[in-house]
Amino acid sequence: MCGIVGLFLKNEALRPRLGDMLTDMLVTMTDRGPDSAGIAIYGDAADGLKMTVQSDDPGTAFAGLAEALSATVGKDVSVRVLDTHAVLTLPEAGEADARALLAGRGIRVMGSGHAMEIFKEVGLPRDVAARFGLRAMGGSHGIGHTRMATESAVTTLGAHPFSTGADQCLVHNGSLSNHNAVRRTLSYRGIHTETENDTEVAACYITARLADGASLGQALESALDDLDGFYTFVVGTRTGFGVVRDPIACKPAVMAETPEYVAFGSEYRALVGLPGIEAARVWEPEPATVYFWER
Amino acid sequence: MQTIDLAATTLRELNAALQGQTASTNQTEWEILNPRGAHALAVGLDAPIEVTVRGSTGYYCAGMNKQATVRITGSAGPGVAENMMSGTVVIDGDASQYAGATGRGGLLVIKGNASSRCGISMKGIDIVVHGSIGHMSAFMAQKGNLVVLGDAGDGLGDSLYEARLFVRGAVKGLGADCVEKEMRPEHLEILRDLLARAEADASPEEFRRYGSARSLYHFRVDNASAY
Repeated sequence: MCGIVGLFLKNEALRPRLGDMLTDMLVTMTDRGPDSAGIAIYGDAADGLKMTVQSDDPGTAFAGLAEALSATVGKDVSVRVLDTHAVLTLPEAGEADARALLAGRGIRVMGSGHAMEIFKEVGLPRDVAARFGLRAMGGSHGIGHTRMATESAVTTLGAHPFSTGADQCLVHNGSLSNHNAVRRTLSYRGIHTETENDTEVAACYITARLADGASLGQALESALDDLDGFYTFVVGTRTGFGVVRDPIACKPAVMAETPEYVAFGSEYRALVGLPGIEAARVWEPEPATVYFWER
Repeated sequence: MQTIDLAATTLRELNAALQGQTASTNQTEWEILNPRGAHALAVGLDAPIEVTVRGSTGYYCAGMNKQATVRITGSAGPGVAENMMSGTVVIDGDASQYAGATGRGGLLVIKGNASSRCGISMKGIDIVVHGSIGHMSAFMAQKGNLVVLGDAGDGLGDSLYEARLFVRGAVKGLGADCVEKEMRPEHLEILRDLLARAEADASPEEFRRYGSARSLYHFRVDNASAY
């Protein structure tokens, strides 16, 4: 199964409430995916590069990390620890050195960019949201996922969203049938996945298309040709938010739009708490049709 | 009028109360508040009662309905009125995928649009959709009538048995073994009756009829090796 939620704000005044609204949506989707949960949230752009990192032993891994990174990079690096994750802010020029240091300490990079932060863990969505303090987070848009695993193990790395490019993330309800072939094709271009997960391949595919110069809309259009299987994808970029369903469209999807926001839910239940939902335009996205919004 | 607010009552209590009604009940009118997209609302009813759900519902609302009239003032999630036996289900908004699937009797009216697989494997139910329907609707439909005032998506009536399909708008594509058929007087009569009962403002003469070419479901000795 799996549950997806997404919220793209059009009204700036709602930004402080983004995490609160997304948390309610995410928790409502618990029975679609109680294995693990995750969220990618686009907050204020950092002065430099934001990297979200994760460790199974955060107490040890994050101790003295800011000092070590600052010494390596040669400038101040800030480290904000949230449970098993930490958000680093560093000068862009220091990215390669920082990644080398993190790899040496066994710290995983979950995602990077200027605005996006990404948090995902094994556990009930309610507990995962509480561990990261998701409710208190603000931002312009965000997507979340509750996972019922089918294609790979229940692990932190197997949870969604997947981020394979700067400020890019993807969540998926369904299963891909040609992910091994696509993974192989991408590897010829030097794009490598970290897990056996089918969704990570889709994220890498979108990242590759965007790197080729495609717009988010074009990347999603070509995904319809190249990715086989069942999918409802919701994709986030620094300025955009996109949705696409496979042509069979078994996996459920409901969207709502008001002058204040665009919202996505695997079910209408996820949207009922949103302000003004009674007056929203609510519809089911068409199969094999790309929807995206850019600010 | 019995009013049940799902903000204060559990789904299980609601369904138990509705399923507890008998043919002789004097509690014939029910109103359900705050459905908030809940699953399996008002399922398995078997009494001549009228139930109005104020709002939108999740999966499988009014499934297995017998005798009752269920009206949803919002939109319905997947599988609404699945396997309905008799009675009437009316949705003021849209219906998600496989509305009326496997239904054996009764009338399902969708005032908005229905998405994919509407009436899949229907076995005697009548379905009237005021708007359009999605792809693979009436797949393997065996019996009953599917009436669509708008357009039909791709693969309409694929592997159809003996259900009748009436479409006023455009059909994007017919499925395997589904063909357009002659509209005879008896079909116009069926349509006139269904349109009136579904409060649909349309004339039977505006529709085209589709049905099975009957080339798939008869045994053919040429295909014996495939069985």
